[in-house]
Amino acid sequence: MNVLSDNFAMFREGFVGTVELTVLSALLALVVGILIAAFRVSPVPALRIFGSTWVTLLLNTPLVLLFLAVTLGLPALGLKGWDSFWLAVMALGSYTSAFVCEAIRSGINAVPVGQAEAARSIGMTFNQTLGQIVLPQATRTAVPPLGSLMIALAKNTTIASSFNVTELGSVQKTLNADSGYNIFVIFLWIAICYVVITFAISGLFRLLENRLAVAR
Amino acid sequence: MSASVLFDVPGPKARARNRVYGILSSVAVLGLVAFVVYRLDDTGQFQGDLWNIYEYSSTQRQILDGLRTTVETFAIAAALSVVLGVVLTAARLSDHKPVRWIGVVAVEAFRAMPLLIMIFLLWAAVFTSDPMWALVIGLTLYNGSVQSEIFRSGINALPKGQGEAAYALGLRKTQVMTSVLVPQAVRTMLPSIISQLVVTLKDTSLGYIIVYEELLFVGKRFAEQRPPVNGVYAFIPMVIVFGSIYILLCMALSSVATWVERRTKRSRKGTPPPMAAPGAAVMAGPGLGAAGATGAPGTDGPKTG
Repeated sequence: MNVLSDNFAMFREGFVGTVELTVLSALLALVVGILIAAFRVSPVPALRIFGSTWVTLLLNTPLVLLFLAVTLGLPALGLKGWDSFWLAVMALGSYTSAFVCEAIRSGINAVPVGQAEAARSIGMTFNQTLGQIVLPQATRTAVPPLGSLMIALAKNTTIASSFNVTELGSVQKTLNADSGYNIFVIFLWIAICYVVITFAISGLFRLLENRLAVAR
Repeated sequence: MSASVLFDVPGPKARARNRVYGILSSVAVLGLVAFVVYRLDDTGQFQGDLWNIYEYSSTQRQILDGLRTTVETFAIAAALSVVLGVVLTAARLSDHKPVRWIGVVAVEAFRAMPLLIMIFLLWAAVFTSDPMWALVIGLTLYNGSVQSEIFRSGINALPKGQGEAAYALGLRKTQVMTSVLVPQAVRTMLPSIISQLVVTLKDTSLGYIIVYEELLFVGKRFAEQRPPVNGVYAFIPMVIVFGSIYILLCMALSSVATWVERRTKRSRKGTPPPMAAPGAAVMAGPGLGAAGATGAPGTDGPKTG
């Protein structure tokens, strides 16, 4: 029963690895996702096409395949010297960015056109309309789906374990192979670690949601 | 064509500006693509010897075998996950508290775990020699609980009056469910159900990690068996070939979802749409309540719903 106390250092390393991977790829996914969403709603057709190609390709690619493409493809393209952790961040970040883009885009599309028309008719400029009318409302709709995307991302980090990244999944794999411990007990502790992470994320997003909520 | 929320209909000046941006961004995008292709060519990824393996019929047969394994795994997991979803939904909507409680715990537990962690557990503990069932059961548990969430939210999203009216007519709970609530809920949730099936299809590639001979694993084996040509390994051709197969498979399945979505939007009650004026009927009130909003006031088709 003392899997955790025997291997505490390993668990701690795995836990920290998962958290780091989640946070960094979440940041990457948010930045790229917002950029691609901006492309997809822009009035410039070339950018729109680029954005929708990016989203279609990534939404329909299995994450394992994307991991293969990034870990084997980028070095071949001349980006040598990246360690497997950063390659995993890139794979996870770009995969999630497609979903982030869709969440943000549907948030923007959910704002009634009348809102922007009213803002323009009282003489607000483009930047005012965007910054004070459209985006605040769009954010409010986009935050809950973004929260579940981040939880999905935290769970997807497990796949990095088979691409030489130390995180909770690789801890489970090592301990499973180590035998001597009950496999179900190992699973239980790993599961608790993940529950801690996902609870933290959903708590964070609930906080954000309450911050953004308005009384109607 | 009306403007979007973000910007007004562009005037002559904005159109000219947009054209400039368009040209600049096209150049940038094409430049990026050209750079990638150039780098791939420069590092020798397009050498014929790396690709000619895909011309052999034995290779093609192996790819087809892998494809069949993937599709079979997907079919079993999809069917089981829908069944599990139905069972869990029935449990969660039950009148008996303990049953409801079991349903909630099961859904939350299976949804909270990373799929791969569950698959590792099943693989190490139960199906050591048979990774297929570790994969199938893992996919079923995870996707079944997600499907259950979709079903439940579909049923809960229906107007309350639907269930109340059915009870008032004297139907029993099973009858209310099967003949009134579930058919409507399935129709509205079908696109979400199918997109979850796309996720299931994508996740079958996790079998690669537990050494199960599905499509991606076959691809990796090709790439590893191939001796390097001029120091270049055959991984990039593999990623391109197998990536295209996966993307086509998933896009085919998601296009079913969009098709269904368009269809259900068009005819709310499942009857084929009357020969209404094109354009008007397609857009008819998508955001209204699910039931009762058929036959928007403007459409005067030959039939009345």
